[in-house]
Amino acid sequence: MGLYHTEDQAMLKDSVAPFLAENGSIKQLRSLRDSNDATGFARDLWSQFAEMGLNGILIPEAEGGLGLGHVEAGIVLEEIGRNLTASPFLSTAVAAVEALKSASADMRAQWFPKIAGGEAVIGLALEEGKKHNPAATALKAERSGNGFKLTGAKTFVVHGHVADLLLVSARTAGAAGEEAGITLFAVPRDAAGLTAEADRLVDSSMSARITLDGVQVDADAVIGEVDAGWAPLTALLNAGRLGASAELVGVGTGAMDMTFDYLKQRKQFGKVIGEFQALQHRAAHLYGEMEGARSIVLKAQQMLDDGDPRGEMFVSAAKAKAAKSTNLAVREGVQMHGGMGMTDAYDIGLYMKRDRALNEVFGDLYFHADKLAKMNGY
Amino acid sequence: MTDLDTFRKEARSWLEANCPPEMRQPVKGDDDVCWGGRNWVFSSPAQKQWLDVMAAKGWTVPDWPVAYGGGGLSPEQTKALRQEMAKLNCRSPLNSFGIWMLGPALLKFGTEEQKLHYLPQIARGEIRWCQGYSEPGSGSDLVSLQTFGEDKGDHWVVNGQKIWTSYADKADWIFCLVRTNKEDKYQGISFLLFDMTTPGVTTKPILLISGASPFCETFFDNVAVPKHQIVGELNRGWDVAKYLLGHEREMISGMGGDGGMASLGSFYADVLNDNPVLRAEMAMFEVENLAFRAHSERFMDEWKTGRAHPAYSNLMKYVGTELNKKRHEIVMAAGGSDALEWESARTNGGARPRAWLRTKANSIEGGTSEVMLNVVSKRILEMPGA
Ligand SMILES: Cc1cc2nc3c(=O)[nH]c(=O)nc-3n(C[C@H](O)[C@H](O)[C@H](O)COP(=O)(O)OP(=O)(O)OC[C@H]3O[C@@H](n4cnc5c(N)ncnc54)[C@H](O)[C@@H]3O)c2cc1C
Repeated sequence: MGLYHTEDQAMLKDSVAPFLAENGSIKQLRSLRDSNDATGFARDLWSQFAEMGLNGILIPEAEGGLGLGHVEAGIVLEEIGRNLTASPFLSTAVAAVEALKSASADMRAQWFPKIAGGEAVIGLALEEGKKHNPAATALKAERSGNGFKLTGAKTFVVHGHVADLLLVSARTAGAAGEEAGITLFAVPRDAAGLTAEADRLVDSSMSARITLDGVQVDADAVIGEVDAGWAPLTALLNAGRLGASAELVGVGTGAMDMTFDYLKQRKQFGKVIGEFQALQHRAAHLYGEMEGARSIVLKAQQMLDDGDPRGEMFVSAAKAKAAKSTNLAVREGVQMHGGMGMTDAYDIGLYMKRDRALNEVFGDLYFHADKLAKMNGY
Repeated sequence: MTDLDTFRKEARSWLEANCPPEMRQPVKGDDDVCWGGRNWVFSSPAQKQWLDVMAAKGWTVPDWPVAYGGGGLSPEQTKALRQEMAKLNCRSPLNSFGIWMLGPALLKFGTEEQKLHYLPQIARGEIRWCQGYSEPGSGSDLVSLQTFGEDKGDHWVVNGQKIWTSYADKADWIFCLVRTNKEDKYQGISFLLFDMTTPGVTTKPILLISGASPFCETFFDNVAVPKHQIVGELNRGWDVAKYLLGHEREMISGMGGDGGMASLGSFYADVLNDNPVLRAEMAMFEVENLAFRAHSERFMDEWKTGRAHPAYSNLMKYVGTELNKKRHEIVMAAGGSDALEWESARTNGGARPRAWLRTKANSIEGGTSEVMLNVVSKRILEMPGA
């Protein structure tokens, strides 16, 4: 297999790219933001995604999905990134689906059709501090009745206020910081004792702080095994991190292309500014950085799809590299647009804001570089 | 099992049976690298045996046609073979400017006669080639070169000077850019091949900051070159030269992957854990290294199947060489004062600082980083201006 898209994958891209440019554009993001929309994404678009089959992209064919892999999910996410589309696709159709693959047949039968049909949104309630740290889970789940009682708080739950279901990591044994002793629960958002406080983030998406005050769930709300939630959580995180990386590549490429167009139009000193070697070299360097990010993301996608044991390490490398390169793309983008880059009317600033949020989600550059170092024994 | 799987399996067992154990040890010094040529002294019988069996199989140049001494393999098979060689830690049987640079140019621009004559010699490591491009006044601005070939009917008489000619003192033949028309800058250069023992050719080694002197000043004083030793058309040598540079840059870019995907930091865990800022630098380097490995794999896959932009090797050369310099900076920092020792036996004659200094040339040789960025911005990004 070559490290490039197959014909089928290229076809998927050819159908998703124009669809999102038309229906999930930056214009839509602006209108959601400017109308102070409380949902954080366009429900119509979410249904259209379902009609195209995209929401079931990772769901097995036997369970009503397309049964495709991370490369294909990444193709959709790159276009989401390029268009700055507001969508629960990453959390629901990618990260949550990978966790739910470890769920009981009943739970899968309940949620996969709803996800594929665009009827459900799933929030990921994993973080308790301001920096990504899934092992630091302290939210308590105590045995109670036929199930568990959950008490604690989560933050940075994107779309959490409108989600139908929340995937909540909780501690059933051990101490915060340990991977063992975590259990992953599926908790309906309307459960008694669960409150969600929503806020708009810098990139105009909506995210919630969630409080669980003795929320009672049945034993069958557990995904995977009690105390061994790290396994489904790892599947969720691999998919989420890599999906965010693909989206970052879309954001960075979108910002870069926009900037290169500007370099070819804007005139100063009687010349198109793209003629200045100082800018040409920075442009070429940036292009190299984005190409590197694109390559490692694709490599990690193929590895996860092949079940390669080094997959998790490459996911970290991919997230770190995509974060680094895209951050450069948006910074260079604003700078090379001059004063225009600072205006709200111009889109480049929106790329910068989305980059910031995507850099943070599922662990930033520093988290993943550190993780890579630890995996290599230092 | 697919055909490729079958090939991979067969290649693996063939390599296991034919690659001498010594040729699966890591390369420690220059002697361990085989360059071939008339004057090559094999460092061990195993080195010779390895070259002979690989050449007989056509696997010194696996993707060249069989008729020219190659293995006739497809891009996928070539990749699989390289992967299997890497898994078994097989050394490269032959390093050669003939394989990396001249061969591809001959395959594209050579006559059938030239291909049948020169390519098998390259594949078998019989003739060692050097590259006569740069001149004292023509480095980045290569097309301004002045070495002149005067038309004498059935031959040219070449006069002039080249510089930075790697291994000119060890090479058997040279591929050389020679001006054959002074009126036309671009369409006045011809691509000539000639024997370094031709009367009038002299070389003078130049000492590098690393203490080695692998390159030379090369002088041509009335050197007679027969007319059939031109590659491509008269005065159209620049096309051949540029095509060859694409391959040279592809080859040099591969250096960024020194050490492959293996973790560099894992060798220095003790030092790194006591030096958190250095540890962080190393971690960032590891990110870049894995990204580069994937980038280079993707580039090779696209390049060999005609998907890559024709100027893409310029980008890879820039990224790969800058990364390799970074690698050696970190290695030096991790090595601390031990890495300053220049001569001791303990440090294998200062191998580390010498290698570090050598890498500084990576972003100069074959076209500088700045020139690579110029080419990328103009040819790939289509930025305006001259
Ligand atoms: C180890 C080594 C091996 C070599 N082997 C060979 C060989 O085998 N055969 C051969 O022919 N040559 C060889 N070379 C020569 C090499 O190709 C040249 O050194 C290289 O092309 C640069 O030319 P220069 O040294 O004249 O530098 P210059 O061209 O003088 O460059 C000086 C500086 O100016 C910058 N610069 C120049 N032009 C521009 C521009 N337009 N825009 C921005 N910056 C610019 C350069 O990037 C560089 O930083 C080798 C060089 C080295 C170091």
